[in-house]
Amino acid sequence: MSAIRNDPGMVDQSRRSFLIGSAATGLVMGFADPLGVLGAGEAQAAGRLAPTVWFDMGADGICTLHVAKAEMGQHVGTALAQLVAEELELAWRDMRIDYPDADPKYNDPLLGALITGGSWSVNFNYETMSRAGAAGRITLVEAAAKLMGVPANECTAKNSRISHAKSKKSMTYGEVVAKASVDRKWSADDLKAIKLKSRAAYTLVGQSVPALDVPSKTDGTAKFGIDMFVPGMLYGKLKLPPVRYGATVKSVDDSAARKVKGFVRAVPVEDPTGTTSGWVVAVADTWPAAKAAAEALKVDWDLGPHTKVTSDSIIAEAKRLQADGSKALLWVKEGDSAGAMGGAKDTLEAEYITHLAIHAPLEPQNALVEPKGDTWHVYCGNQFATRSGGIAAAILGVKPEKVVMHQFVMGGGFGRRLDCDNIVAAAAAAKAVNKPVKLIYSREDDMAVDYTRPLTYQKVKGGLDASGKLVAMEHDVVSSWPTARWQIPGFLTDSADKKGKLDSFTVNGSDHWYSVPNHTVRTTLNELAQAATPSGQLRSVAPAWTFWAVESFIDEAAAKAGVDPVEFRLKLLDGAGKNNKGAARLANAIRVAAGRAGWGATELPKGSAMGFAAVTSQERATATWTACVAQVTVDPKSGAVKVDKITIAMDVGIAVNPDGVRAQIEGSTLWGMSLALKEKATLKDGRIEQANFDSYTPVRMSDVPVLDISIIANGEPARGCGEPAVTVVGPAIANAVFKAVGARIRTLPITAEAVKAAMKA
Amino acid sequence: MVALTINGRPQNVDAPDDTPLLWVIREQLKMTGTKFGCGVAQCGACTVHLDGEAVRSCQTTLKSAAGRKVTTIEGLNGQHPVQKAWIEEQVAQCGYCQSGQIMQAAALLAKNPDPTPEQVVDAMDGNLCRCMSYVRIHRAVLKAASQMRAARPGRPT
Repeated sequence: MSAIRNDPGMVDQSRRSFLIGSAATGLVMGFADPLGVLGAGEAQAAGRLAPTVWFDMGADGICTLHVAKAEMGQHVGTALAQLVAEELELAWRDMRIDYPDADPKYNDPLLGALITGGSWSVNFNYETMSRAGAAGRITLVEAAAKLMGVPANECTAKNSRISHAKSKKSMTYGEVVAKASVDRKWSADDLKAIKLKSRAAYTLVGQSVPALDVPSKTDGTAKFGIDMFVPGMLYGKLKLPPVRYGATVKSVDDSAARKVKGFVRAVPVEDPTGTTSGWVVAVADTWPAAKAAAEALKVDWDLGPHTKVTSDSIIAEAKRLQADGSKALLWVKEGDSAGAMGGAKDTLEAEYITHLAIHAPLEPQNALVEPKGDTWHVYCGNQFATRSGGIAAAILGVKPEKVVMHQFVMGGGFGRRLDCDNIVAAAAAAKAVNKPVKLIYSREDDMAVDYTRPLTYQKVKGGLDASGKLVAMEHDVVSSWPTARWQIPGFLTDSADKKGKLDSFTVNGSDHWYSVPNHTVRTTLNELAQAATPSGQLRSVAPAWTFWAVESFIDEAAAKAGVDPVEFRLKLLDGAGKNNKGAARLANAIRVAAGRAGWGATELPKGSAMGFAAVTSQERATATWTACVAQVTVDPKSGAVKVDKITIAMDVGIAVNPDGVRAQIEGSTLWGMSLALKEKATLKDGRIEQANFDSYTPVRMSDVPVLDISIIANGEPARGCGEPAVTVVGPAIANAVFKAVGARIRTLPITAEAVKAAMKA
Repeated sequence: MVALTINGRPQNVDAPDDTPLLWVIREQLKMTGTKFGCGVAQCGACTVHLDGEAVRSCQTTLKSAAGRKVTTIEGLNGQHPVQKAWIEEQVAQCGYCQSGQIMQAAALLAKNPDPTPEQVVDAMDGNLCRCMSYVRIHRAVLKAASQMRAARPGRPT
């Protein structure tokens, strides 16, 4: 993530001071402006402290953590609150969380922006939150000692209470907040010098405390963006062109729409940011009226250059680009893969494809945009408020500080809400009518303009030496580049030979932990796909396709070498050089999964088999060590694949909230299965063919297999747990299908037709 | 004007007869616990009870609900055994589908107090959970069933 911090547009906040001070509402604790040199009291007087608050505590002893991460089902607020409360020695009953409006004050201290993704939240904030909690505790102890007239170093803090054993005096945190006047500044070095608790002394971290947001999500009171109302608001419904991208509006005939009761106006979206193309918003006084009006609108479009693009034409272009090779950029260059391939005893090569996949969070995209004086208020759940607020300002023609982004919990994110097309269209409509407009996508709209997972094409070649060891690997990835679409230079990475900038979020995972001495990975932008199907980050991003190729290919290589696929993997995980330690952790996860599943020790009926895969998604620097055994049964007549059981072993380092980790693994495992067998989007005539859950069909309860999940918590730094299982299940299923019926499937999703055809072949 | 009874309270609603009940409940009456997910009865997020039966409110017209008893998630007051089991099992992730899941489960258990695991799957299969919290939904429905049976006088499980 150093790439992000190098972006001049984003401030490196890792050197910020931490301020703790008394305020009218109680004690406030937060990071100062990085350039700030004021104490807490001075800063507050100057109106500078409020903008830095991360958590505060009232005279009632209630501590509220302001969660600047997007809550979309991962209960991230609970995990972060556990970290703070642990070091703060706060009784858990005194902890609350809320989700503040977007403001740079809440920026992720490492990423320097308001963004949630990449399984980064706990991973990157673990130490910051721990040190912030500890600084709060020390400050409270010092203040209490002063009030009690005893030495601070003789006091202990526990359960929201500070005690002095000798004098038997004690005070609650609430009493200290009520009586003390605190003005304390912690420099970055002071924070670093704090000795944190040993893991053995933890009482909260590592405990499955119930998630703080679950009750409100059980009784209907949780407020999502779609649940927001403001007085006098109108509703918006999209009228979309019959092509995903590239259309422009020539004219709008609203004569039929005007007959719809409540219709206000049709607004073509003027969008200099290029986020949308050829969109019109029908505005009316209710949503059903807006929908009826949108259907009645007659729009004349210039459909642009992509009306002939199909999934097949994107694949054909990808194959051409790969064969040509001139646009490929190097991601991994180790040894001499071409030379080693020439000297290999055996070689093999294979092509892998992953089709488009749609996010389809259950809360359709929506946004309410409201003018208030010279300021615009945006209400919606969004994963990347820093960028989205800036784009809203561009649409509204105001400076970014005139846009206030209000955050909500999200009805699923999965990467979809990193983008802000919903805000663009709502802002354009609100600006045109100068009234608040709540835009709600229909499910059909939501699927039509999804920033899909890219359609990817990969070619992998390998060379085996006389002993059957994989000594050379060449891997090409050709796809659209979702992150490049954002045009944020800091998100792009230098190629291995510094000859160009590439989107590492298309190749992460291909730089695996197997020791293959001669290894080349290249990535190529498929410009046709980039233009015709703007793609996005879908839960687990690149590792969902790179590991599809790598883990299928490793299985193919093991078969070629005549070695058991688990043994084959373990041999390659020798921990040589840069793979030190990490390879051993992956090997351990592999042993756990193989053992739990009864690998090699279970007799299964004909047509049933186990398949193996192991991954280290997301990035090498943030790897979570994950292994999977999928047990499947293939119908010999139809080729249909039924998943009977999935075994997962995941080394997460520290599980801050083990039950929360388990919930994330359960969900992401089924996501992996869903993407492997059930979810396929296709492009025809430049548009996505699937429109609703009758044609785009994620896993339902009747599809769910037996899940056996092992969480390996070994005390290493905490790693993300919401994504890796998405990437490991697909290849494990395909490898099981191969073992069951000899059909090697290289395209995701796996279809019964493809299995049947491969069985015959 | 159409007269409805929602969660025991009479309501008069001024909207066209063919307005989906979902939009009346959410946007007019501002009871937002019931969710819009697909609009075509494919996801179950909008599930409410109509005279005790689970229905998809996106496909139920205002007129067809006239004079009948509508119960929404708000009507369970957070006290329903299904809701308690939901919290004990920590079911919700994003939470968006959960109102519909809970209404579907509550309707099942009102009719069948002792469903088999397969009957739970059959009853819940029309409710999509995009976070895929299915393992916990299934567990929570069976748990609620057993707790409801245990709470009934003279009917030990």
